Amino acid sequence: MKILICPLNGPRNIAEFTYGGQVKVMPDPKGSTDREWAQYVFYEDSHIGVVQEWWMHTASSYWFIAERHNQTDEVLRTYDPAELFDKAVDRSVAHASKESEPKVHADAQHKDGNA
Amino acid sequence: MPDRLDLPFGTRIRRDEPVKAQFDGRDLPAFAGDTVASALIASGQWVISRSFKYHRPRGPLSMAGHDANTLIQTTRAPNRLAEELAITDFAHTTAQNVTGSLMADRSAVLDWLGRFLPVGFYYRAFYRPFGIWQWWERVIRWAAGLGVANLSVTPRYTDKQYLFCDLAVIGAGPSGLSAALEAANAGISVLLIDEQPELGGALTYHRFAIAMQTQQAVSTTLIAAVASHPRIRVLASASCNGWFTDHYLPVVQGDRLFKVRAKTVVLATGACEQHVVFRNNDLPGIILCSALERLLCHSGVAPDGGLVVLAGNDQAWLTALTASEAGMRVLAVVDLRESPDDVALQAEMTRRGIDTYLSATVYHADRDAQSQSLERVHLYRLTGQGEVAEHIDTLDCRVLAMSAGFMPAYQLACQAGGQLRYDDDCAAFALSGLPAGLFLAGSVNSIHTLSAVLADGRNAARSALASLGVATSEHEDAHCAAKVNHPWPIFPHPKGRDFVDFDEDLQVKDIVNATRLGYRDVQLVKRYSTVGMGPSQGRHSALPTARLVARATERTVSETGVTTARPPVKPEALGLIAGRRFHPHRRTAMADFHEQAGAQWTPAGLWARPAFYGHLDSRDRCIADEVRAVREAVGVIDVSTLGGIELRGPDAAEFMNRFYTYGFLKQPVGRTRYAVLVSEQGVVIDDGVAARIADDHFYVTATTGGVDRVYREMLRWNAQWRMNIDVANVTSAFSAINVAGPDSRRVLEALGSSVDLTAEALPYLACREGEVGTVPVRLMRVGFVGELAYELHVPSLFASALWESIMQAGEPWGLRPFGVEAQRLLRLEKGHIIVGQDTDGMTHPGEVGLDWAINRNKPDFVGRRSVDILAKAPLARQLVGFSLDLSAPKPLEGHLVIRAGEIVGNVTSCEVSPSLNQIIGLAYAHPDNANPGDHISIRTEGGVMVQARVEALPFYDRDNERQLL
Repeated sequence: MKILICPLNGPRNIAEFTYGGQVKVMPDPKGSTDREWAQYVFYEDSHIGVVQEWWMHTASSYWFIAERHNQTDEVLRTYDPAELFDKAVDRSVAHASKESEPKVHADAQHKDGNA
Repeated sequence: MPDRLDLPFGTRIRRDEPVKAQFDGRDLPAFAGDTVASALIASGQWVISRSFKYHRPRGPLSMAGHDANTLIQTTRAPNRLAEELAITDFAHTTAQNVTGSLMADRSAVLDWLGRFLPVGFYYRAFYRPFGIWQWWERVIRWAAGLGVANLSVTPRYTDKQYLFCDLAVIGAGPSGLSAALEAANAGISVLLIDEQPELGGALTYHRFAIAMQTQQAVSTTLIAAVASHPRIRVLASASCNGWFTDHYLPVVQGDRLFKVRAKTVVLATGACEQHVVFRNNDLPGIILCSALERLLCHSGVAPDGGLVVLAGNDQAWLTALTASEAGMRVLAVVDLRESPDDVALQAEMTRRGIDTYLSATVYHADRDAQSQSLERVHLYRLTGQGEVAEHIDTLDCRVLAMSAGFMPAYQLACQAGGQLRYDDDCAAFALSGLPAGLFLAGSVNSIHTLSAVLADGRNAARSALASLGVATSEHEDAHCAAKVNHPWPIFPHPKGRDFVDFDEDLQVKDIVNATRLGYRDVQLVKRYSTVGMGPSQGRHSALPTARLVARATERTVSETGVTTARPPVKPEALGLIAGRRFHPHRRTAMADFHEQAGAQWTPAGLWARPAFYGHLDSRDRCIADEVRAVREAVGVIDVSTLGGIELRGPDAAEFMNRFYTYGFLKQPVGRTRYAVLVSEQGVVIDDGVAARIADDHFYVTATTGGVDRVYREMLRWNAQWRMNIDVANVTSAFSAINVAGPDSRRVLEALGSSVDLTAEALPYLACREGEVGTVPVRLMRVGFVGELAYELHVPSLFASALWESIMQAGEPWGLRPFGVEAQRLLRLEKGHIIVGQDTDGMTHPGEVGLDWAINRNKPDFVGRRSVDILAKAPLARQLVGFSLDLSAPKPLEGHLVIRAGEIVGNVTSCEVSPSLNQIIGLAYAHPDNANPGDHISIRTEGGVMVQARVEALPFYDRDNERQLL
């Protein structure tokens, strides 16, 4: 079984982790079209290459992000989400489109739109 | 029967400990240290089993589990290899797969019918004339299978253990021993694993050279050094059954499965000796050279009747030497080659008066009718690859020892991603392409001479040390020029029975015919012919198959390859994987009370909860009584399994607002609100009650099964939102007790509470922190069962004390505990949904009447956009309440709702309600049938259709007055 290096706990057996899906960039919930929103909700990027994924160390309930090559299954690095989400979400009641935009690593998101 | 040989032969038997064993009902004298196979051969019996398809008599081929010819039946289990069973543990065994007796198996008629059973015949038989399959199926079921399972066996205790090491060495032969020693001397921890009960591997039976002194010296010092080394841990009689990522190795030893995590691995797994393919090469008495060596060296058995050695390499000549030294009558060495590589070997044979035949082979062998074993062999001159010319000689012998070469034991290496490449020059497969941290040593690495093998082991250790960053010396020269493989030891005979795969009874023509039918890829040949699918998994059949398929399809052997190696390497009992078989479950703090009160338990996830209290036979009456108690007086239920989450911080309300669908910013302190959670896809996934304890403090409940997911999702969203909150899953820290019924207030007032429990001070949906009795509680007025009810959340330490005091205080009002079944019926009478029961993987809020719980004024919440999109489309189905007369067939959960011949929904809950004297339930129905007074058609058990009435919800107490008391 694989060893995954948790940023908080160090190298642990992969059985100690829970997979949380791909890190996706959320489109503007108010301004996007129904189709754009459905693609965000239901589609995952399936090109061969490095993907960004949510992983949680189950025992310590710690969420982090892993960059993994989805063909060789090699995990290139793991890091705290604060690297991508570095400011708090806007609490103002007035609105929505400026949720904090997560920094996206160049290779990781590749929305072709091919169905 | 000759006596056992004296030492140095027979190293494993204890001559002063005779054992009275039995095989197949006949006495079998043996010694402690024998295996069932060695004892049988010592007694002069070669026939041990009958082959899979043709039921031909079979004896050992490899004596090492590289063939399945020795499968026998033990008391506890079938299909055990006789050479792996210690006679002391298995003194009574029998033959299997016979109709009649082992020596007179009536199913041997299949051997005579062989021409009607070509490869893959079953794909084209058994179906004509129409209907004949019924008869054939019975015959096949009777004929198929090998041994018989003992269904009354009690499973043995099995368990698992974790082990860690810097280096795992698989195989304790000369290369493994030298690798382990080199590594341990450099300071790292080594785990040395070997299948055999003793260290040494080939050093204990194989002859590396004419002169034995070097081998003996090396063997003694190496084994002693390894056995006494403080940093080497030895697991003997242990099999490494697989290789998994990052060097995770399952190792089976007896009844224990070790889960080994190694930082580096050296595979010193050795090589499997290969047989020569000729007609009747499967006769009992025809064995591999290494098998004869094992018999002589381990068990001191020198089979009589005359020995002929069939050699494709020099190793076989050395076996002849050993046999001669042991006193066997060696008739001849027959070499497929023009001469042995080492001319000294020829001289040795001459010296001993052993005839030699060069450029010759055994072309066919004859069977003795009485012993069913080898009687004589026929020698023919070799002219070309696989071609024979004239008959040279006939030799009467009972034993033929053959060696055509070696195949690396590649299984673990290939599981790890290693690739096999065939070198036409040395006619052998070699491994390459291993992942980081995995190294080969010895014959698995195509190294065969003793000094090279030892050097190769040390080199492998050096590579492992280097990869660990430990300083080490330079690699030494481990080059080996020995050619141990004959390029084409395959002599097809027109009459067949020239076996390539002994396990599956496959002859040369079977393999070749598979390719002629179009199955040209070796993977297809395997699946069509079943070659390599028997217990030995290609150990003796992969090499000849690759050669035959390559030639038949005009490709190189490298291109042809072998089929995929998959774990387990050796058969693995399910009990080993199951381990100790404990079933963890969770109990609430009041579990002892429930047990004493006669609870019938039901699982809720990992929790055990009381379904009802009373005898199983009076289930319905007990539940009805519990329900009546709640409706008319007061009942108490343990709801500790309910999830509980503590949310604190300046942003707590804002977080609640973004996470759940309802509005929480303006929720007053001291109030509860219904919290519905939808997924990003807009599907209802959980619900609960959110109590605002302070401006910056919420205590939120969740479903028993859903709380872990809710907690995980809260953390994942906040990893993105970075709000100033702290989230804690306090489900087991708090226990919860629900006191429900018109008299519930009186019971709590009798108990005494610091909280004012009057209706004005504590209205419906209020929450307070305080004390009940002397126990600190969070107290909420809730409405799940539709009566006046109080839910007390209490730190688990105090829970059973509080429960006891409630039970006592409630006596004057007839308070009784009620279970999950009563609670489900009570809530159903109020039309309250249970997430996960009345909702499924597609349910969005609009389908279950939860639009009121969606706050559209707030900017956003998880899944909001999806909920909006779904709300725009017309509903495909809607959850409705329905009723039926008691006399109607009662629908079950899952029964379909049908409209105009189409499925439009299903029943999600359905119970008999004694209070309402009706069958009531919830079901998804077509929106056009969703109005009270409409009818829906439900297809109940056996296809019986019933018409149910759609009812307005709730069924009971329409105006919800009773919970507002």
